Amino acid sequence: MRPTTPADSPPVIVVEGLTAGYGDLIILENVSFEVYPGEILVILGGSGCGKSTLMKNLIGLYKPLAGRVLIKGVDVNSHDETELRQLRRNVGVAFQSGALFGSMTIAENIALPLREYTTLAQETIDRLVRLKLSMVGLAGYDHHLPGELSGGMQKRVGLARALALDPAVVFFDEPSAGLDPVTGVELDLLIKDINAAMGTTMVVVTHELLSIFTIAHRVVMLDKGERGIIARGDPRYLREHSTDPRVWNFFNRQPSFSRGGENRYGQKNL
Amino acid sequence: MALADNMTKTPADAAHCSVVAEGEQGREITLRLAGRISLDNRHLLAAKIKALLRHYAPHRLTVDLGGIEFLDSAGALLLVELEEVARTASLPCDFVRLSEASRRLLNLIDRQALAAPPLKALAPPGFLDQVGQITRTILHDFFALISFAGELLRALVQAFLHPQRVRWQYVLFYMKRVGVDALPILGMMSLLLGLVMAFMSSLQLKQLGATVFVSSLVAIAMVKELGPLLTAILVAGRSGSAFAAEIGTMMVNEEVDALVVMGFNPMHFLAAPKVLAAMVVVPLLSAYAILIGILGGIIVGVTLLDLTLFTYVNETRKAIDLFDLISSLFKSLVFAIIIAAVGCQRGFQVKGGAEAVGAFTTSAVVTGIFLIIVVDALFAIALHYIG
Repeated sequence: MRPTTPADSPPVIVVEGLTAGYGDLIILENVSFEVYPGEILVILGGSGCGKSTLMKNLIGLYKPLAGRVLIKGVDVNSHDETELRQLRRNVGVAFQSGALFGSMTIAENIALPLREYTTLAQETIDRLVRLKLSMVGLAGYDHHLPGELSGGMQKRVGLARALALDPAVVFFDEPSAGLDPVTGVELDLLIKDINAAMGTTMVVVTHELLSIFTIAHRVVMLDKGERGIIARGDPRYLREHSTDPRVWNFFNRQPSFSRGGENRYGQKNL
Repeated sequence: MALADNMTKTPADAAHCSVVAEGEQGREITLRLAGRISLDNRHLLAAKIKALLRHYAPHRLTVDLGGIEFLDSAGALLLVELEEVARTASLPCDFVRLSEASRRLLNLIDRQALAAPPLKALAPPGFLDQVGQITRTILHDFFALISFAGELLRALVQAFLHPQRVRWQYVLFYMKRVGVDALPILGMMSLLLGLVMAFMSSLQLKQLGATVFVSSLVAIAMVKELGPLLTAILVAGRSGSAFAAEIGTMMVNEEVDALVVMGFNPMHFLAAPKVLAAMVVVPLLSAYAILIGILGGIIVGVTLLDLTLFTYVNETRKAIDLFDLISSLFKSLVFAIIIAAVGCQRGFQVKGGAEAVGAFTTSAVVTGIFLIIVVDALFAIALHYIG
């Protein structure tokens, strides 16, 4: 269900002239882009470029200083409770470190959105929880507490919780960071499978190159100095053809700490 | 666009799925599923399928998935369940005309994992288990407190032997936090306490014509008991809890582990400055509370009881002696150690997450106040015999 060309259906997420920051500190200025149905869009960039700030603005945790974010036509900072609830029902967010509720078991954590938004019988909820757990490779951990699981496992439970309602839009903050390489790849494949099977629109914040090339249909690259987007498009195309040295260096793993015109491998910087 | 978008799942979706059975009763039938099968309408579909199977009681089942427009994982689970039902009834069951998307989704479902029991049973502990666990916790708590007291004592002795190694800037910081910042609220409370005590006692003493004793009553009560006690309870609530929460959060964030591996002694680094700061400022706070309390008494005495300022102060001076004051400030010093030590110790006990921080913060205040009352009683008995 991968979109053939992005423009053939109306976008799911529209970011219009977004300016974000904290107080007087502007991190992103006048950023605009769209995410189309069934697309996996990766937001990338070096440390401190505002990836997480952008993500928090996209999901409505922070209020933008200017501009707006629409998901399915609804402003994420809307004051209409019904509209917002409908929006939350259709949006899942997997946080960087899981953000599990420490006092609830794993099963209760995943069942929470199911209990809130559906009227399913307990038995069905239990089965759905087990299904989600088996999807992230953690079958059997139903009754454990988050504190009893490793960091990577907690993160995967967070992913399972974000997918509990099979939302139409899912946000992932660094899904494979801090996981062992095998589990990281498995998660990437799971993300791809879910996207392909249910046409879920996904926005992923990551800087793992392998992950980007595996899952991304399209990327948006942010830069700290520019306070905005410096590249967008297919990551494979950008790797080969970008003329911007910052973009080229990122995709070709070139260090950018200042050294004359040459990097430490003796190659000339573009 | 907006919410009418075809990807939005609402209960109205119920109308967007259908199941039709074709075939003969008792023979082979085909179930044709169509539309959107999702979390919101799977229960309707499940009921319909169940009714159809009961009605037709087929020998062979073919499920045609060609008409499915959208299937989410809850819908896919329904198909897996249908397959299971068929298998238990030893009914041959085939899925035909799967779309690529549906096939991928069904492949994601690990049937073995669904059937496997959880690794850990969720059994509430029995009565004996609970008694045993509580006993163990209490004993463990007791030993932990003793060993903490020992370590703290060692850290304090070291601080006195090598004062240059104490992190004095933190001691000053906590002196401000525990002491200076508490002045307004403590002043307010002591003043009101002094006022109320003087006023209430004057109502009784007036009948005996002994209003002049209001001053000694307020003085003795504030100096011997209420001043140090009020201060200690306030500091336990304000600062004991803050110490526990601060160290507890550091435990959760592995900051304490980081200190250990960098060669710092957490007791020295985190607990000692807090305890030292409390030891300095809590007796001072007590003296302040006593003074303000007596001031409250003076206000009532001078304005309502026709006592002169000179008489009131003179009576107050006669009622208490230096020994009372010094023993009371020493008591405050002991309270300070208890509050700060319990706060830090509870903080170091935190394991797990946010909930544990809350539990141990509560425990820091409760244990702190409990120990203060016990020690206060011991002091009352000891001072009775010494004085």
